[in-house]
Amino acid sequence: MGRYLSQRLVQGLVVILGVTTLVFVVTRMIGDPVNFILPLSASEEQRAALRADLGFDRSILSQFWSFLSDAVRLDFGESTYFRNEDALGIVRRFLPKTLQLVVAGMIVAFVLSVPLGAIAALRPGKLLDKFLVTLSLIGLATPQFFLGQVILLFTSVKFNLVQFGDGPWTHLIFPALTLALPAIGRLTMVVRSAMIDELNSQYVKAARAKGVSRRRIVGVHALRNAAIPFVTLFGWEVIRALAGYTLVVEAVFDWPGLGDLAILSIRERDFFLIQTIVFVVAVMVVLVNIVIDIAYKIIDPRVKIA
Amino acid sequence: MSGTATDEYSAHQHDVDEALLAEQGMEGRPYELRASTTGLFSELRADKAGLLSAVFLFIVVFAAFAAPLLAPYGPVEGNPSTSSIPPIWADGSWDHVLGTDTQGYDVLSRLMYGARTTLLIGLAVVAIAGLFGVVLGLIAGYRGGRTDRWLMRWVDVQVAFPGLLIALIMIAVLGPSMTSVIFVLSFNGWMVYARMTRGVVLAAKERPYVEAAEMVGCRPRRVMFVHILPNLTSSLVTLAVLEFARIILAEATLSFLGLGLQFPEVSLGVMANGGRDAFFSLPRLAIIPGVVITLIVLAVNFLASWLRVVFDPQEREKRFAAGATTAATTVEGVM
Repeated sequence: MGRYLSQRLVQGLVVILGVTTLVFVVTRMIGDPVNFILPLSASEEQRAALRADLGFDRSILSQFWSFLSDAVRLDFGESTYFRNEDALGIVRRFLPKTLQLVVAGMIVAFVLSVPLGAIAALRPGKLLDKFLVTLSLIGLATPQFFLGQVILLFTSVKFNLVQFGDGPWTHLIFPALTLALPAIGRLTMVVRSAMIDELNSQYVKAARAKGVSRRRIVGVHALRNAAIPFVTLFGWEVIRALAGYTLVVEAVFDWPGLGDLAILSIRERDFFLIQTIVFVVAVMVVLVNIVIDIAYKIIDPRVKIA
Repeated sequence: MSGTATDEYSAHQHDVDEALLAEQGMEGRPYELRASTTGLFSELRADKAGLLSAVFLFIVVFAAFAAPLLAPYGPVEGNPSTSSIPPIWADGSWDHVLGTDTQGYDVLSRLMYGARTTLLIGLAVVAIAGLFGVVLGLIAGYRGGRTDRWLMRWVDVQVAFPGLLIALIMIAVLGPSMTSVIFVLSFNGWMVYARMTRGVVLAAKERPYVEAAEMVGCRPRRVMFVHILPNLTSSLVTLAVLEFARIILAEATLSFLGLGLQFPEVSLGVMANGGRDAFFSLPRLAIIPGVVITLIVLAVNFLASWLRVVFDPQEREKRFAAGATTAATTVEGVM
């Protein structure tokens, strides 16, 4: 286990290094950020001075080296858009809002997909099952932004239900639902499929022959085994949400999170901020990946981690 | 454990097939009854959702690619005097069936031209990412050893990238155009093909016919492309179709965020983005493209499940045998 974990950590570090390198190289090609910081009327000397100040006059390699050596100390420089503010500090300020959304969305996905999938699996091919499968497919096919817009239209305009931005939880539920939709579709299918397999297995037949109650068979025996494929896919959904899909939801609902910040920093050519955001996201993705592997091992003792 | 979209897709697809199977109520019917009617279209006729999807997609593709001939107006033809004309169901006229947008452009015409762009992007990305991924997967699987390790490590690392974020940054660098959208989506999407190809190659490599081909002196390239590649057809076609659906959603998302294609180009995503401007006063400008995207993606998904049954004899057998054992199948691909 220890050796395995360290292997995964090294792999995670390679991922983080790869992402940061890619973004570093790519952002250096965006165009001169100095033009975005200074007003049009700025003189050529002022531009050159700022360029030197921010280090953009040095060679790419030397810029990259100092970026890396600073990044190791978690110093990502200052944002050029939010003047003189530490980039990591800004990310830290926006991150909680995104995490809130991801956690709420994943809870919604979990709470809905497990019972829906299990119910569909009880009578495969019957009306309720067909209905749930069709619903899942539609959920998968709907663009998230579109669902968000429809929700926005019905709640805030037609019925004046929710005022976004206030209320302790009401303002969270619809963005969370929007974020969760494709996950609900995929996870419901997985739970359903896994449950069908489990309910047809020998051990369920044995339990039934012994007279174990149906509720216990479904709730205890089958669900537990069906959890094994579920956990992996659930982890991927968390990763997908973290790795950028909150961006869409944040744009639709004006949710002031990391995704909004990312779009802003790309628009404003804020190199240091972009790099910081990507770095933080990559670290989160790597960590979640490792957590999934551990969870997998705990749930299914048969899995040998080598 | 490997974590890619392919795995999810196949798990998902498995369920689609099962659902469709159940729908047809063919439980326990002997195989011979149907054996005489094998073939693409008899399968399709038996598959109601698939048939409906195929018809719908045919109409969409035709309308999209014949847009210059069929569309009543150009994609950016109009002016403020023709703006915000209501659609036919809200006291509009036949001149603008779906009405016009805030710029005065005809929504139906834009939908046709937009679908054309979106479909072209989807096709291009599937072709480029597919080609790159398959070739790399073939090499990795066939060569094995160090080549395999390094190529698959590359795949693993890139799979863990935050794709959407990287895509947005790269498009900002390359400038918002159709070419850069295609490039970026291909860059983010080839890994799925590589993993799948490698898996199939690894399995095929041990087969006697590959050994035989090697023994009679076929070069590696010939073995890879002539002997091994045909094994991939069925899974590759299904994967490509599913990826196509994913790309359509991705293009829509990028353009919706205002960072994909941009005026005067028109795609379904660009239209969705345009719908944001007057969202509360003219919601139909957001709803029409949204519904069209959803329907296309849904239809492509149904079509993929039909293709899977048509192309894959094993899948077919499962379908016919399933009546007797009620889905005593495995959740393939999930692990």
